[in-house]
Amino acid sequence: MSTVTVEASHLTRIYGGREAVSDVSFNLNKGEVLGFLGPNGAGKSTTMKMITGNLAPSAGSIKICGIDMIENPKEAKALIGYLPETPPLYRELTVDEYLAVAARLHGVKGAQVKKSIERAKERCGLTEMSKRLIENLSKGYQQRVGIAQAIIHNPMVVILDEPTVGLDPIQIRDIRALIKELGGEHSVILSTHILPEVEMVCDHVQIIHLGKLVFSGGIDVLKQQRRGNRLLVGLNNPPAAEALLAIEGVAAVEQVSPGLLRVRYNEGQSPAEALVHAAVSNGWGLHQINHDQTSLEDVFVQLTYQEAAEQAS
Amino acid sequence: MIFNIVRKELKSLFSSPMGWVILALLQFVFGTFFLIGVDQYFQTMSGAMRPEQRIGITAFVGQNVFGIASFVMLFAVPLLSMRLISEERRQQTLTFLFSAPLSITEIVIGKFLGLVGFLSIIIVFMAAMVSSMNLWTNVDFGYILSNVLGLWLLVASFSALGIYVSSLTHQPVVAGIITFVALFALLILDHFLAGDPTSTMAYLSLMRHFEPFSRGLLDTRDFAYFILFIITFLTLTIRRLDADRLRG
Repeated sequence: MSTVTVEASHLTRIYGGREAVSDVSFNLNKGEVLGFLGPNGAGKSTTMKMITGNLAPSAGSIKICGIDMIENPKEAKALIGYLPETPPLYRELTVDEYLAVAARLHGVKGAQVKKSIERAKERCGLTEMSKRLIENLSKGYQQRVGIAQAIIHNPMVVILDEPTVGLDPIQIRDIRALIKELGGEHSVILSTHILPEVEMVCDHVQIIHLGKLVFSGGIDVLKQQRRGNRLLVGLNNPPAAEALLAIEGVAAVEQVSPGLLRVRYNEGQSPAEALVHAAVSNGWGLHQINHDQTSLEDVFVQLTYQEAAEQAS
Repeated sequence: MIFNIVRKELKSLFSSPMGWVILALLQFVFGTFFLIGVDQYFQTMSGAMRPEQRIGITAFVGQNVFGIASFVMLFAVPLLSMRLISEERRQQTLTFLFSAPLSITEIVIGKFLGLVGFLSIIIVFMAAMVSSMNLWTNVDFGYILSNVLGLWLLVASFSALGIYVSSLTHQPVVAGIITFVALFALLILDHFLAGDPTSTMAYLSLMRHFEPFSRGLLDTRDFAYFILFIITFLTLTIRRLDADRLRG
């Protein structure tokens, strides 16, 4: 019994001669949450459409729990719950009616339909909206209905394309908690622009740029990338740069703003303690010392840029 | 699985005013024509002296009601069929169906049967209305049956064409107009070519194949024509949707 739920190998999709996605391969295990990152038009949605069988790949194959999506689409699709970019909602139906349609279409048997609707509504916080027309719900609630629709048949793999778009901060928190919870028993693939979200909910991250996978690995690797060897030091009476460079381990000093310096140090030689000592004894007026973390955005830009630079050379 | 799609289609027809309004209006139109038919029968027949001028009440009223039905359906079917796929495309709900464990064939046939099922309600009401004359006189049920069958095949053909046109566009209104024009052209094709009864083009006319049914004549050739018409357009629709998946 293998635990691999999604197996994509060498996925390629050509749109009018241009490769929208080229040679993307990855595996996803049961219970993992995979984050899909990438700038607009990078091929995230195209990849997701291919995994869910909405789009036929030009080359490559997709296996869901060992079932080939191209050869046995029905069996494979039964294992997937999918929320596309725009939630596919029938606005003229009520939440209950819509979810009943979704459950039946996904092969939930008659007696189970009611139960699965209740469960999905509860998980997505929709219990009070049962009898409301989807048309009259706010964008955030519509998004929730979209998620409820994707998990109604308790699929092995849940694929969410930008699930937190248009939600308010509290709803975003709820949805993230829900995604984490789903990750326990299902596999989740989610795409997003919001980088901290990835850090919060995902176990694995893939960054896709211009249709190519530029980064694939655990979230820890990405976190490590953020830690540069830099300190942010706030001094009220900053001394000359030479005085700072004299401290052991300090490699470079640059001024960020008056009274705020960025100190680079050599790998493994954090000068934090020495700096504090020096500041106290020389009366530099230390008021802040901190790790200067690269924002996730910067790492993202770095990774996507790197690839572009490599291609150019 | 097909049944679930049929159910979904009927549900969305009846959860908007559209379904009810069309049902009510059509019933009103057919009811009026039925009434006029019964009313005129006595006037006309009391004027008809020679026996060969006299026709049965079923044929007289039936002609009135079913004759107008084929014409009214020309407007009603495009109105109903135009939304079937184009609306789903526009609202991006087609993904919902494509992601479900269903084949495209099942989706298309389900939608087709859903629409035909809805139209069957109207036809059943019509048949019941005409049959109700049996309370006072002897009705020719064979004649009614052949008319019902003919009308049913006719609207099923209309629906098949409507679904195909709907699958070509994102705009329901455009689909509606094109369907209407195409159906209208197909219906009156034999009017244009009335001079040449052997013309192949005239043979394609839907009206020409509906006409024997309305006389109470069941002909396998006409059956085959309608069935082939339906299969052709449903196959084209399936191919069109499959192209969506392949070409994106």
